[in-house]
Amino acid sequence: MRITLTSVFVDDQDRALRFYTEVLGFVKKAEVPLGEHKWLTVVSAEDPDGVQLLLEPSDHPAVNPFREALVGDGIPAAQFAVDDVHAEYERLRKLDVVFTQEPMTMGPVTTAVLDDTCGNLIQLTQLTWGA
Amino acid sequence: MGDVFKAISDPTRRLILDELTERGDQTLFEICTRLAMKHQVTLSRQAISQHLDQLEAAGLVMTRREGRYKFHTIDTRPLEAAVARWLSSARRRPRPKEDR
Repeated sequence: MRITLTSVFVDDQDRALRFYTEVLGFVKKAEVPLGEHKWLTVVSAEDPDGVQLLLEPSDHPAVNPFREALVGDGIPAAQFAVDDVHAEYERLRKLDVVFTQEPMTMGPVTTAVLDDTCGNLIQLTQLTWGA
Repeated sequence: MGDVFKAISDPTRRLILDELTERGDQTLFEICTRLAMKHQVTLSRQAISQHLDQLEAAGLVMTRREGRYKFHTIDTRPLEAAVARWLSSARRRPRPKEDR
């Protein structure tokens, strides 16, 4: 058994695709029309055959109360690995991305948490083993 | 207002205050991460949230909402007020001489 796909709920799939590709730097993998929505996934440009992230419509009535409670407490919906959290923080801040947690180093891990503008918080993580 | 001394009597709550002195405006998630990663505190978010409620009731933690996020910041004023009565009388008296 392998994990090949995970998902985040997004308010608007077109806006989400722009944020996840143009701002975060992922690439579109699948786009299949499904009525008013679509099956829409992105992957890492560094790993095009890797785990896909499904940008799932958030219009189920249970999604918003659940998500608002998580966001209120600063809890991320997903976590992405980067080589340098501080560099990503500086790059994304210039693109007006809002962070709820600035970069913080704790032992071998540096993390930061940003708002994806589509309803979710995302944690960036950098492992610095041996550093 | 809750009891300041009761609020700081608990080691986890003192750790939370320690971490909040490093920077203000922390989410519950950031506080939980700091406690787990830096102090090996293995409490649930729910338990840490309750500790934060007690600190807030004692006036030692202030919360504010900014848009969809809730941030926590330390406020040491109740602590100063709580010990002021001893500090001010101590300043008026000479220091006790040490035993020879």
